[in-house]
Amino acid sequence: MLRYWRQRIDFTDILVWGIGLSIGLVVVVGTIATLQSGKYSLATWLDLTVKGLALGGVYALIAMGYTLVYGILRMINFAHSEVFMSGPFTAVFLANALNRSGFLNRHPVISLLLITLLSMAVSMTIAILLERIAYRPLRGAPRLVPLITAIGASFFLQYTFRGLYGSGFEAYPIPKVLQGSITLGQVRIFNTQIVVILGALLMMFGLYAIVQWTKMGKAMRAVSEDKEVAALMGVNVDRTIALTFALGGASAGAAGILYALLFPVVNFFMGFFPGLKAFTAAVLGGIGNVAGAFIGAVIIGMIESVGPNLFFDGLGIPTPAQMKDAIAFAILVFILIFRPTGILGERIAQAKA
Amino acid sequence: MSKRLFALLSLLVVASMLLAACAQQPAATTEAPEVTPEMTEAPVTTPEMTEAPPAAFECTDAIGCVDIAPGDPIHIAWALVVAGPNSSLGIDSRNGAEIAIDDVGGEILGHPIQWDGQDTGCNAETGQAAGTALAADPTIVAVIGTSCSSEARVALPLLSDAGFAVVSPSNTAPDLTEPGSENNYVPAYARTAHNDNLQGTVAAEFIYNELGATKLATIHDGSIYADQLRQVVERRFAELGGTVVAQEAVSLGQTDMSANLSAIAAAGPEVIYFPIFMPEGAFIIRQAKQTPGLENVMLVGADGLFSPEVIEGAGEDVEGFLISSPALAGDTYTDFLARYEAKFGTGPISIFHAHAYDAFMIVKNAIEKVAVQDADGTLHIPRQALRDAIAATTNYAGLIGSLTCNETLELSGTVVKNPGDCGASGVGVWQYHFGDFEIFVNPEVFFAPGE
Repeated sequence: MLRYWRQRIDFTDILVWGIGLSIGLVVVVGTIATLQSGKYSLATWLDLTVKGLALGGVYALIAMGYTLVYGILRMINFAHSEVFMSGPFTAVFLANALNRSGFLNRHPVISLLLITLLSMAVSMTIAILLERIAYRPLRGAPRLVPLITAIGASFFLQYTFRGLYGSGFEAYPIPKVLQGSITLGQVRIFNTQIVVILGALLMMFGLYAIVQWTKMGKAMRAVSEDKEVAALMGVNVDRTIALTFALGGASAGAAGILYALLFPVVNFFMGFFPGLKAFTAAVLGGIGNVAGAFIGAVIIGMIESVGPNLFFDGLGIPTPAQMKDAIAFAILVFILIFRPTGILGERIAQAKA
Repeated sequence: MSKRLFALLSLLVVASMLLAACAQQPAATTEAPEVTPEMTEAPVTTPEMTEAPPAAFECTDAIGCVDIAPGDPIHIAWALVVAGPNSSLGIDSRNGAEIAIDDVGGEILGHPIQWDGQDTGCNAETGQAAGTALAADPTIVAVIGTSCSSEARVALPLLSDAGFAVVSPSNTAPDLTEPGSENNYVPAYARTAHNDNLQGTVAAEFIYNELGATKLATIHDGSIYADQLRQVVERRFAELGGTVVAQEAVSLGQTDMSANLSAIAAAGPEVIYFPIFMPEGAFIIRQAKQTPGLENVMLVGADGLFSPEVIEGAGEDVEGFLISSPALAGDTYTDFLARYEAKFGTGPISIFHAHAYDAFMIVKNAIEKVAVQDADGTLHIPRQALRDAIAATTNYAGLIGSLTCNETLELSGTVVKNPGDCGASGVGVWQYHFGDFEIFVNPEVFFAPGE
């Protein structure tokens, strides 16, 4: 019996499981300690939960871009964080112009729609240009090459936008309508958070509808299953791939505006961390799986929001907020140790077999 | 055969790269700023510099001398933050120095002034890059910089080793002039800004006495400036009888402050003191109002948040926001403000412009004092003597007050001025309102200590 286990498990497995278990232990012990100490009121937890959901919604929209592109091209589009940044960073000028003329406050709904459409259009354009210029010529190349190109494209876009719009930051004007909050019992939900959550749900549903119920979506699913056979079936592979990038870009542009509602300061570097977190979320949920991206994003958002205070305060670790990113990635490591394909990942892998 | 040829070629390429790297660095620095007057950009000569055998003048200086031929410029460089979210700090300081250049007629002792420099980014990485770039240029006599203390910590060793005299208009971290500190490079370094021991003491007394708070929470961002300033405030606040109920830290680039603010809210403070920079400061101002439990807490920042970007970034939540900053009264330098507006088309965008003006004037006075002109018209500036002359500045009547660089002063039991601190301006508290940025109007002087 022992020999059987010794043949199947080696030192690396034990080390990795040890890491996973220690992370799990920290989480459980910390949570229990924090809740027992009763330092935070229910209102605080609810407030953090709402913030986590709003953030998760934004990450979900960004993660869509990563997961769709991976599904169709089997490559991680690292430049997607800059696609995300380009939309709101361009639309901020329109927003400021609308604010100066007073239009923003007189017709907030139309203004927000205009700003969102501009952001989506810019992000879509950047995504399509990226695909056409950086990725299409490398379609047949070994997997590492488009990866490096993606990283290079990411830096290129960052500094191009820095050159275009300056290295300082721009502030988004929030329309007066969105500046209040509603109180449900103990928790105060801000209008911006409501807009973000509803907007994210709407966009997710729209994207799901497109992928599942339209011809374009069917083509996307076909190409992601098997590119050559889809081409034999009469699907225009190039156009489908371009459309996938466009869809990912549009969703990132919308995510950008929602992010700007939550954190109304934009700058050329703003895409880096949300992009990284969204990529983590996509991997967490099972890369290539649309529903997985959504679930992963909500989990990452919640852990980021609630995690530092919940896990670390009880253990007596000071200023846990600085560990926020570390917590999110540690949870990623934890999930990947025990479920390497991600939460919903197995379905795709099985479907391929 | 082609393999050998290839190997030989690679060797040659590598050798040429090594030779290029180790060769004499060209004496150029980077982009000329957009808002400069037309400076005489004389090509910088290299040969007759510090190691040249002296003609009629024997250089006995401990570090060496800068030899400037007749008609050649005296090279004074700036190392300030002119790009990024805190650019208003460095641009404002640079503007102040440029007005000083205009006032001296663009020349010192008959030589034109060459004025260029490097952006330092208000962080250690960019500060180090700037310091390295400047240190490689042996024609530089003095450096006006840096803007932020985090840059100073990494750039000062480089600039000091290069022999330059450095005068900062806005560094305030105490350990840059504290005797015995490893970051202390006096007399290579001097500054016209106040020492944060003073700012911290005044801020703590303001919060305790004027705002009447007994429970304080602090937030810093890991930078040497923020960390040391909040330590001074906490120490003085505790001495006065208050309690520090929470201490939090944010990272640069952090946008979501909810974890920090929730932890602070659980401790129930009356005032939050966060001596940090943009854009984190703007996020804290906005999100504090959105955190349950912190709606009525008073927010106090420090001079890192003295800029128009604070109003833009924080929106309407900036109303009533207080910051501790140098206490300058408008009427003491109205003429200077008028000339600033005339030259740059806008009022000052930060609070260290007058400090930069005085920093430049101190350097100019020191150069005039120690420079030696020999028979053939070459000007020799001994570097160590220049540093000593700056450090020996006494009772110089500057814009910000009477500057003395080598005295020690105490306030409420803390040393608030060390040799190297030339500054004379006191520290007061300003208040923001939601509207257009206009210095002395918005923000306005809220509390000026009787000094």
